[in-house]
Amino acid sequence: MAASIIEMIVFPGFIFLGVLGMIFEYVDRILYARLQNRKGPPWFQPFADFIKLGAKEDVIPREADSRMFKLAPILAAAAAVVASFYIPMWGGSALHSFTGDAVVVIYLLTIPTVSFFLAGWYSTSLYSTVGAVRTITQLFAYEVPLFLVILAPGILAGTWSLSGMAVFYSQHPLLCLTNVLGFVVAIVALQGKLERIPFDIPEAETEIVAGTFTEYSGRLLAIFRLAIDIETVVGAALVSAIFLPFGIGLGGVLGCLVFIIKIAVVMFILAVFKTSMARLRIEQMVNFCWKYVAPAAVLQLFISMILGAFIGDAFIGGGE
Amino acid sequence: MKKPGKMLAELFRNVTKPPATIQYPFRKLEIPGDSRGRIVFISENCIGCKICVRDCPAEAIYINKPGEEKIFEAVFNLDECIYCAQCVLSCPKDALSISPDIELAQISRASLRLVYPAKPKPPQPPKEKVDKPAEGNAAPAASA
Amino acid sequence: MNPDKIVKIPMGPQHPALKEPACFTISLNGEKLVDLDLRLGYNHRGIEKAAEERTYIQNIYLLERICGICSHSHTTCMIQCVEQIAGLEVPARGRWLRTMVGELERVHSHLLWLGVAAHEVGFDTLLMYSWRDREIVMDLLAAMTGNRVNYSFNLIGGAKLDITEEQKKDILKAVDALEERTKYYIEVATEETTLVARLSNVGYISLDDVMRIGVVGPTGRASGLDSDARKDDPYAAYDEIPFKVITDTHCDVYGRALVRMGELMESYKIIRYVLQNLPDGPIAVKAPRKIPAGEAISRYEAPRGEDVHYVRANGTDKPERMRVRAPTMVNLLAVPKMLKGDNLADVAITIAAIDPCFSCTDRAIRVSDYDGGNAKVMTWEETRQFSIDWYRKNGVDFTELNKRFANRIK
Repeated sequence: MAASIIEMIVFPGFIFLGVLGMIFEYVDRILYARLQNRKGPPWFQPFADFIKLGAKEDVIPREADSRMFKLAPILAAAAAVVASFYIPMWGGSALHSFTGDAVVVIYLLTIPTVSFFLAGWYSTSLYSTVGAVRTITQLFAYEVPLFLVILAPGILAGTWSLSGMAVFYSQHPLLCLTNVLGFVVAIVALQGKLERIPFDIPEAETEIVAGTFTEYSGRLLAIFRLAIDIETVVGAALVSAIFLPFGIGLGGVLGCLVFIIKIAVVMFILAVFKTSMARLRIEQMVNFCWKYVAPAAVLQLFISMILGAFIGDAFIGGGE
Repeated sequence: MKKPGKMLAELFRNVTKPPATIQYPFRKLEIPGDSRGRIVFISENCIGCKICVRDCPAEAIYINKPGEEKIFEAVFNLDECIYCAQCVLSCPKDALSISPDIELAQISRASLRLVYPAKPKPPQPPKEKVDKPAEGNAAPAASA
Repeated sequence: MNPDKIVKIPMGPQHPALKEPACFTISLNGEKLVDLDLRLGYNHRGIEKAAEERTYIQNIYLLERICGICSHSHTTCMIQCVEQIAGLEVPARGRWLRTMVGELERVHSHLLWLGVAAHEVGFDTLLMYSWRDREIVMDLLAAMTGNRVNYSFNLIGGAKLDITEEQKKDILKAVDALEERTKYYIEVATEETTLVARLSNVGYISLDDVMRIGVVGPTGRASGLDSDARKDDPYAAYDEIPFKVITDTHCDVYGRALVRMGELMESYKIIRYVLQNLPDGPIAVKAPRKIPAGEAISRYEAPRGEDVHYVRANGTDKPERMRVRAPTMVNLLAVPKMLKGDNLADVAITIAAIDPCFSCTDRAIRVSDYDGGNAKVMTWEETRQFSIDWYRKNGVDFTELNKRFANRIK
């Protein structure tokens, strides 16, 4: 009991993920800066920001629903942490694992987005409301492709357990190559999920100030930012567990290192993506997702199904 | 030909280059030598005509005569000065010049008041005959 | 349209998209813009009145501070008025040097605009790169004039500083570097898919509307209006320098970007031409302190469009009246027209595309009752009627002129 509480709160739970999230926020920011030929922030900047925000007053608008206003950030952070328990990090399996946990993880990762919507909606400010509506519009655009490409590898592996998939693909690393298209789609969808350029439409600062987060300040904003950091790491871990299943089962320090390198690779791709493009308009984003990303995801699904029907039989069951 | 990520090649080229930004108080950019910074007053040259006071757009300069002698001190209000160097241009006797000193921030208002004390003129008689050469950029005539 | 569905969003006076205060109240139906209400005057500093209290020499520096970016434009425009009244003949070298500083200013203003526009559409990378390269021209201006902005390069009667051979070489070298970079930015602006998608078909304004509203500068030229004060009414040395007026027929923000980039390339050519053909001789003539009575108007093609100054002198060393018509004033009036039916996301970039300078523009006048101190608000109709009556009383009748204008627009 005590051990599992420590697992949840300290390692590899809340505190570990929070620290890792902030380290990767720094990585993201320094990459963004260096790609732009700037110097970038010092390594402690995310921590300093967090402490500074934590020391400030929470201002809750009079018009806002104070309970929902306070609940939303906590909900977002909690959901992102819980999702991490089902993602295999460096051990053979995740902290908790059961058949079909891939679906649960995707749902849990949707909760932060929904809580952004709730936060914006219950702030009742104009900018927040527009941001909230944009958040939910965008959710419908990237969620379906993400869902499809996360589940597609499961067909070949014969399991919808993330740990099972990871183990299967680490045993048959060549089959990873069939998922390249899925990897690309997952990166695009993840960029949308994390609301980063070119899909930072819900918080586009030159249009709607800070979108959903316009009214947030102090500790609540700090928790929101932490939630986004954790979501980034969890999202990157999810993508790397499924599409880059190398070094699974190494365990110990080496496994941990491989895990962090894999996340860093995903983060690097995300940062380059963010640096090289302009923000799209919401209708351009939805068009793009349904015209190109969703068909690509369906194609990936077909590839997995056909492979599963013809050559997959030999492997099925390997992951259980 | 339209393609997404047009700037990618440029981005990767710049990752390895040293950053274009610098950390200011620790490293400083080179300031061109004739930048208009703090105005320097040379009391020995001043004849007290006060054209600079009249021409100053910001009313930031005052010329005072502290004693009975014909020597003058100058007071600059650095917070009012707009560093246009019109006074330097207007001065008929080269008593004012510009310096590239631009780091003039102070923590109190009082220290923004810069006083150049009056200095007695050097003993040898100044060469009154040599006028300032009438270059193209000569200041408007003092007596107009 | 159901009026309940209309949401009014204030953009400004404080908003991340606006670098200066102005208030745009946007009526939205979903993401679509229905109406836009414009309110100015947050940055009114009373410069015109202040100019009447100062001597001409002091006014050079006062007017320079109307705008940080086009400071050379405003001073040159005002000084041209004064020179015209005083009958001063500026030496050729002085005029050519003025031209060069004016073009360097255009280069830094357009590069600044490129960065701002990129930032408005969320392309911060282009902002960082274009502003990094803008430092090249800022350094040139600092070395040549003594300051990065507010150059104080003008004198009544000419230029303040001459240029050395060393500086000439530096400028030529920097212009080569800038030209290469600008070519690259033209490539980026025309080839990067996301950027083109955000700029194309946004903020459309037809040539007819441009002429009716009186839009000036790159904004007008991007709709095919072939008007440039440098060509139409040459000042400084522009009548002796060959250059092209860049126009475009896209009529949208993309076209405005292309026009500005094209003007950058033209500016480099002008700067090179000036340096190669710089006439010898003095750079300034001596100007009297007291300007004889008279009045003059002067046009100047600032980076943002045509700047017009009017000066009336009364024989003292202070002007009796000074009037500034900044280019943003007319261009702003076109913004509601441009934005009809566009998205909320396009508001920031469309406003940015006219390259607004609100502090240049703000000359609000508050009419107050002298005795009671009560503010009196005149409606547009009342103000219009008042001016018509006032002019008629003074023997000026605009009825014929209005008819002629109406016919011309049709």
